[in-house]
Amino acid sequence: MSSKISILTKGLIKENPALILILGMCPTLGVTSSAINGLGMGLATTFVILLSNVIISIIKNLIPDNVHIPAYIVVIASLVTILQQLMAAYLPALNESLGLFIPLIVVNCIVLGRAEAFASKNNVVDSALDGLGMGLGFTLALTVLGAIREILGSGSIFDLKFYEGDGIIGFVLAPGAFLVLGYLVAVTKRLSKKLDKKEE
Amino acid sequence: MDYVIIIISSIFVNNIVLAKFLGICPFMGVSNKVNTALGMSGAVAFVMVIATLVTFYIQKLLVSLGIDFMQTIAFILVIASLVQMVELVLKKVSPSLYQALGIFLPLITTNCTVLGVAIEVAGKATYGPAEAAVYALSNAIGYGLALTIFAGLREQLELSEIPEGMRGVPIAFITAGILAMAFMGFAGLA
Repeated sequence: MSSKISILTKGLIKENPALILILGMCPTLGVTSSAINGLGMGLATTFVILLSNVIISIIKNLIPDNVHIPAYIVVIASLVTILQQLMAAYLPALNESLGLFIPLIVVNCIVLGRAEAFASKNNVVDSALDGLGMGLGFTLALTVLGAIREILGSGSIFDLKFYEGDGIIGFVLAPGAFLVLGYLVAVTKRLSKKLDKKEE
Repeated sequence: MDYVIIIISSIFVNNIVLAKFLGICPFMGVSNKVNTALGMSGAVAFVMVIATLVTFYIQKLLVSLGIDFMQTIAFILVIASLVQMVELVLKKVSPSLYQALGIFLPLITTNCTVLGVAIEVAGKATYGPAEAAVYALSNAIGYGLALTIFAGLREQLELSEIPEGMRGVPIAFITAGILAMAFMGFAGLA
């Protein structure tokens, strides 16, 4: 049982896909100008990782070994297309603000990475947990990054304004994304080292 | 004149890496040395121009069939096959470059620059094939420019003393942030 829990929780800090493994950087930097965008992007990605992990672990024995990467990409691309249609129908505003980065989930290295590194070797339940854990870890990273940039850049959090007047606009624009992420990676590395020491 | 605007704005003002955040993984991964960065940019430029032209016509086909929701799947399959081709050619023509690019060549498939530019062009109704090719090429040049400048900076970074916690990825991101700030200065050109 404890191994199941550790599969689920390792994605949060110890193997956080965005902050420790440094995967999926494009959406991490591109959409996190506000906390709500980060959260939305994270959950959209979680949807795709979870389902692609489940489907790939079910069909892994049916795929010939030398075409497994293209096969995985087709599975992922189909899921992303479903997600695009769902978001356009039910969440048009969020879909608009995430824009190009929704179809680009296809080429998010985390999704293919988990399919290749985990789902192709493990059973359905473990793969689902792994997908969920990694997805939530990614969501956590994006939401924190988005929140920091929103607080510093526009003086609000989840669109609730707490500071009248202008924020530091640079944090909403491109440079802020790189700067905040740099510091966040340093902090997470330190946290994950501390967790390792505790376990020993 | 239109071409000049496309070229200037894609290389400097809306730089694909530093303003649009596409292709960050190889930006962080292969940008340790200037030579590798140049090779990677060349590979990306080659794939990007061909892929954008091919997907430009595929988009027309999808729209005429009324199945343009298949865009993502169709585009990624075209790009994946193109990358395989480039890999085979490079293996034959320049084994040393093939060695240097290592894992990142097959990863051009999952490099969002190529798919991103293809989707962007497909969304621009006014673009003809010539504009599409110019747009792809100038984005590729912008990518190469960012990658090469960054590689140069990182070669210098290796020689400097950096606090332990900031070594490696964190300082690379902060450097990229300062570089992005410099590129914001080009916004006045638009």
